[in-house]
Amino acid sequence: MDYLITLISEIYKILFLVIPILISVAMIVWLDRRVWGLVQKRRGPNVVGPFGLFQTLADALKYIFKEIIIPASANKTIFILAPIITMTLALVAWAVIPLSETLVLSDINVGILYLFAISSLGVYGIIMGGWASNSKYPFLGAIRSAAQMVSYEVSIGIIIINVLLCVGSLNLSDIVMAQKNLWYVIPLFPMFVVFFISALAETNRPPFDLPEAEAELVAGYQTEYSGMMYAMFWLGEYANILLMCAMGSILFLGGWLPPLDIYPLNIVPAPFWMIFKILFLFFLFAIIKAIVPRYRYDQLMRLGWKVFLPFSLVYVVLTAGFLLYFDKLPKGSF
Amino acid sequence: MLAHAIFFYFFSILAIFSALMVITSRSTVNSVFFLILDFISVGCLFIMVGAEFLGMILLIVYVGAVAVLFLFVVMMLNVAQQKQSWFVGQKSTHIPSGLIVSVLILLELLVVVGGWKYKENIVTSSNLVIDRTSTNTHSIGNVMYTDYILYFQLSGVILLLSMIGAIILTYRKRENVKTQSYLKQISRDKSSAVMLKDIEFNKGVKIDD
Repeated sequence: MDYLITLISEIYKILFLVIPILISVAMIVWLDRRVWGLVQKRRGPNVVGPFGLFQTLADALKYIFKEIIIPASANKTIFILAPIITMTLALVAWAVIPLSETLVLSDINVGILYLFAISSLGVYGIIMGGWASNSKYPFLGAIRSAAQMVSYEVSIGIIIINVLLCVGSLNLSDIVMAQKNLWYVIPLFPMFVVFFISALAETNRPPFDLPEAEAELVAGYQTEYSGMMYAMFWLGEYANILLMCAMGSILFLGGWLPPLDIYPLNIVPAPFWMIFKILFLFFLFAIIKAIVPRYRYDQLMRLGWKVFLPFSLVYVVLTAGFLLYFDKLPKGSF
Repeated sequence: MLAHAIFFYFFSILAIFSALMVITSRSTVNSVFFLILDFISVGCLFIMVGAEFLGMILLIVYVGAVAVLFLFVVMMLNVAQQKQSWFVGQKSTHIPSGLIVSVLILLELLVVVGGWKYKENIVTSSNLVIDRTSTNTHSIGNVMYTDYILYFQLSGVILLLSMIGAIILTYRKRENVKTQSYLKQISRDKSSAVMLKDIEFNKGVKIDD
């Protein structure tokens, strides 16, 4: 009986997390298209509902009622599994994201490693989808995407090491609380920029959207997908983008903390600050999609391996040296 | 404890099943997918034991990086055809070398397991104090960067060596390859890029020199 009660309460908590995320993914797609339109002096989606807010819901409804077509020569099991894996991994990672000091589904000791592991698993959805389609363009897109994600993960890992050196703990709440006096975006500003660009590459966003470069590869790994399965790839992608924004705001922008601990700012509830920061980072993502032209593939690889990797490695040495010299290494009660 | 037992048996059965499928599956891509499933279930077992750091590192290193490269190789090289020509074809030179390597590995395993059987205290682990108040990560770091720093660095050097070895084995210098210099491209301006020329009749101009 006890088990049943725990099970039901856990499921209730999970639903309370997953459903808002799905709704916010829908809203964020609308925001993305809207910003994109405004930059290009268009109106963007503005017909369905007030300000076009329900555009994504209408799109989702359309996807649900479309027929799912599975190519005859595709590997059926893996073809169906791929979008499911993408979607599940994008949602599962949210379990450790703290929205405030108490509002977190599971506050595990190795939270940041968990996030990193889940985001590195994300490549499987894409590579499986591309391979199982048994067609040239999806396969090329999947190979491109996998190579890109693996390369940029390396620099993201090293950037995380930079932050961890300052914090001294892998727990996400500890990482936020360590920024109580100074957000890490100020001392580690170059790392924040590198993290942001790597996050763009990791989520296949423009200017690094080579896996789905429509001029060369039709739609990359999702060419053969239709209906709800395509929509799942799409939702997973946007959920991943939101996750990257959340990671950026936890690592560098002080999570749920207000910018200054003074009167009008600190009465705003903590989750609002977190959401505001996520939205701010997403706004940057959307603006960059609108104003930056696409990279060439060799330039992308060069940027990842020859610029970001050495730069963040040198910055690890600098951070460690600084902390050691000024005796600022974290010595908590661990 | 019931839920714990159920999860333990679930993950261990999954691990054994997928390990069996890795070696029995006909299609190589499927066996790589089962290998990934195996890694994941072993990682879950690690987490259940309380070794959360090891579990996560297993996921990041093996599933996130090594298995992706496996998949790459298997998908791009079309291993199924090569297997035919390697082991079924007329001149299969791969079976003897494979046999030698596997016999060597078996001997090494025998030495390790046998040595452990007859000399249990060859590695002294009893003087390590287990501090239950600190987290996994801190206790591993405390031991690895103090008592075992030499071994840790040594294994790092071995990994670096093998990396350099792999690069040297596959590196070849290609002639006549046009490369781009970003500095050159950026530092071009109007005075060096555009010029006026009087062209002689029937001669033309020579570009690119």
